[in-house]
Amino acid sequence: MSELVGIWVYLAEQPLLWLTVTVGIYAIAHRLFLASHEFPLLNPVLISVASIVGLLLLTDTPYTAYFDGAQFIHFMLGPATVLLAIPLYAQARQLQKQWLPLVLALVVGSVSAILAAVAIGWMLGLEPALLISLMPKSATTPIAMATSEQLGGKASLTAVFVIFTGITGAVAGVPLMRLFGERNADVKGFALGVVAHGIATARAFQHSDKAGAYAGLGMGLNAALTALLVPLLAWLLGLY
Amino acid sequence: MAGLIAIVLALQLAGEVVVRLTGLPVPGPVLGMLTLFIVLVIRGRAPAGLEGLANALLGHLGLLFVPAGVGVVAYLGLIADRWLALITTLIASTLVAILVTALTLRLLLKRRGEHG
Repeated sequence: MSELVGIWVYLAEQPLLWLTVTVGIYAIAHRLFLASHEFPLLNPVLISVASIVGLLLLTDTPYTAYFDGAQFIHFMLGPATVLLAIPLYAQARQLQKQWLPLVLALVVGSVSAILAAVAIGWMLGLEPALLISLMPKSATTPIAMATSEQLGGKASLTAVFVIFTGITGAVAGVPLMRLFGERNADVKGFALGVVAHGIATARAFQHSDKAGAYAGLGMGLNAALTALLVPLLAWLLGLY
Repeated sequence: MAGLIAIVLALQLAGEVVVRLTGLPVPGPVLGMLTLFIVLVIRGRAPAGLEGLANALLGHLGLLFVPAGVGVVAYLGLIADRWLALITTLIASTLVAILVTALTLRLLLKRRGEHG
């Protein structure tokens, strides 16, 4: 028994343990997600975060000790964000024919997503740091987290808000638009991508390839626009 | 491949330096992304090697958010305190924005159809 404790004490001090746990749990969560035919509530990031939070609480491990190992993965977020330019470029090429309606709808959608979050959150009495953390939630996670942190928000809360937004869009978006008589798959896909990023884009692809392509386009464009609009709107609203 | 990795890191680094120098409230990696995007538009195509690197790194993008997401452990008290307001805000604002975006695009496509 004391030998096991000794091994645990040794491992708990090494970055390798939590690095392995993070990658291992994500790999399992990703398999579970695929096995469930990509059911939105089984989002692999959500499941991984919840499981690891549970493990940290159970083992009484401080977040800083966890992050000593996990930082090697975290570091890759920066280069990955730069590389988002590649799919964005591929998607922007499809714009050419309908660029004006799409760009206008993008701007209206992006602004309404940010302002609706601030307005509703403010009415419900949320404090400024939470409002800032909510503002970029329609953008894809790396952009949203970096934007939130830059303005004094909490990046980890933003990550959770982004996932929750994606799941809401993926589960309720299509039924809601159908309720309002929307039948055009391009329109539905684009709205899902702009407001509920990659999680709803995956949902749109299950519907049809065309809806998925429009969702991907909306997601890519709004990632860039959110990064520029959130600082501007936060400044105008006196939150930054 | 090493050259491409160096280019991507240099774009991020340049973005961070510009943010520090100008006080621009945009994240450094986002500036790097916008710079790379503009370069691709000017060049007219993405180099195949860079596409391969993007696919490799973006294929499991979700994994990269997990370490920061686990940071939520520090805010469990705050979330327990405010969960109803947070969930209401998240669901309501997401649904409103989806409807606004879809209705705007439908209106614009319809007008365009009527005029030409």
